[in-house]
Amino acid sequence: MLTVENVNQYYGGSHILRGISFEAAPGKVTALLGRNGVGKTTLLKALMGLVPVASGRVSFGGEDITRAPPHLRVRTGIGYVPQGREIFPRLTVHENLTMGLATKPRGSPVPERVFELFPVLRTMLGRRGGDLSGGQQQQLAIGRALAMGPSLLVLDEPTEGIQPSIIKDIERAIRALAGEGSMAILLVEQYYDFARSLSDRYLVMQRGEIVRRGDTEGMERDGVRGLLAL
Amino acid sequence: MEQFLQQLTNGLAVGSIYALIALGYTMVYGVLKLINFAHGDLFTYGAYLGMTLLTSLLLKDRLGMVAGVLVLAGMVMGLVGLLGVILERAAYRPLRESPRLSAVVSALGASIFLQNALMLVYGARYQVYPEDILPQTAVSLLGFEIPLMRIVVFLASVVMMAALYLFVQKTKIGTAIRAAAIDQGAARLMGIDVDRVVLVVFLIGPALGGAAGLLVGLYYGQVNFTMGWIYGMKAFTAAILGGIGNIPGAMVGGLLLGVVEALGAAYLSIAWKDAIAFCVLILILIVRPTGLLGERVAEKV
Ligand SMILES: Nc1ncnc2c1ncn2[C@@H]1O[C@H](COP(=O)(O)OP(=O)(O)O)[C@@H](O)[C@H]1O
Ligand SMILES: [Mg+2]
Repeated sequence: MLTVENVNQYYGGSHILRGISFEAAPGKVTALLGRNGVGKTTLLKALMGLVPVASGRVSFGGEDITRAPPHLRVRTGIGYVPQGREIFPRLTVHENLTMGLATKPRGSPVPERVFELFPVLRTMLGRRGGDLSGGQQQQLAIGRALAMGPSLLVLDEPTEGIQPSIIKDIERAIRALAGEGSMAILLVEQYYDFARSLSDRYLVMQRGEIVRRGDTEGMERDGVRGLLAL
Repeated sequence: MEQFLQQLTNGLAVGSIYALIALGYTMVYGVLKLINFAHGDLFTYGAYLGMTLLTSLLLKDRLGMVAGVLVLAGMVMGLVGLLGVILERAAYRPLRESPRLSAVVSALGASIFLQNALMLVYGARYQVYPEDILPQTAVSLLGFEIPLMRIVVFLASVVMMAALYLFVQKTKIGTAIRAAAIDQGAARLMGIDVDRVVLVVFLIGPALGGAAGLLVGLYYGQVNFTMGWIYGMKAFTAAILGGIGNIPGAMVGGLLLGVVEALGAAYLSIAWKDAIAFCVLILILIVRPTGLLGERVAEKV
């Protein structure tokens, strides 16, 4: 589905992404772990075309998208939930979800699946996005990305600063989506237990490099927890 | 009472023209955070194009008054809209990634270029619109005689503003414009082609400005190549007054400024007419820099 080959990226003179290669497969959750500042968000931005890559190749569904602008990547089926959520605070929940339908034919409804996964959104359709709690905003951001009907869902630290009960809801939703078998999920996390309970494969990043990877069963044995601790 | 009503209706007519022009400033600012200083000149082009098309195509004789004026308006709006798109391509797009100041300088340069090009073609003197286009009659309102032209100008502006509002609220591209105005980055991540949004904004804004130019030509009967400067400043004030980047704000700001100006000129002194707009601008910048409707920073359209 998503294939990343030897991607390098620089901010000014500093080498942020160093030869990153990995894949994300349909029906699987791929967890990308790493401490603050190792380059996780930068990698996702590079995947979305928000920052240019210096070298390497990104392909999605067999198509080379290394130089494609962000909106075309979204249209080919990549749904992105950015770190810090970035919902439209002034717009209502419903309007936020409709923004997720911007690429769909006019008048397309918000898919029912979004409300099945996040029932709270249905009860808040008329509320302003900015008035929601952090956890609800996160659900809205995921719901908005799902409204596009993506075949790859990219989540940047969806548990960051969110109360435990909602983390459970998000966990359940991601598990359900992966269980359907057709969507690839790339989950960036620092929350070890969350990533371990959800993922099939894991990658650990340090200073812009992937330093360890494997099946999630081996995470404990491979000492991943230690790599994340400060 | 008579004077008040005359000035009020005059203020609404002029204010609706400010509002039409202000929409161009505010839409461009909303999406690009750029003041298109050449926008006032696009308004002037609308006025001159209207004049030239009126005299050369004889639309009124061929199509009758109503159809003739509508076709004329369509042509003016289309051509000025096209000019807006060319302006964006030539003066702004190459500088999209450059520091803000470069775009401002480019905008001022474009403004000078457009003005001088117009002067070379038409000369510096006032030009007169054909007189017999719309009937110079008056209609009776509350027992007073109001010039029909004033009502036409007001209604035409209101219809265009209503159409714009519906367009922005109800269509897909309108939704995309709103999203891009709030947060370009987030809009891209919704699959919105921001370049296309910019193009549409530079088509619609100038088209409305061009229509305003035509209305001014028809209303006052004469045009000058520098008229875009003062109208541009007034409309810019109106946009700030309503909250720059805010579409309903531009409409409210324009009407309000027109009325304040007309009443001020009548009851204070006509000599103060232009100064009133600038006093309003300074006042609003001091008291409420976000404008009347620009209450929350996050809201841009
Ligand atoms: N826009 C930017 N300009 C320059 N450096 C940046 C920028 N964004 C992030 N960085 C730097 O790149 C590195 C990786 O950041 P980031 O990708 O946000 O890490 P993570 O998401 O893993 O916490 C950090 O050292 C950060 O300071
Ligand atoms: Mg990050």
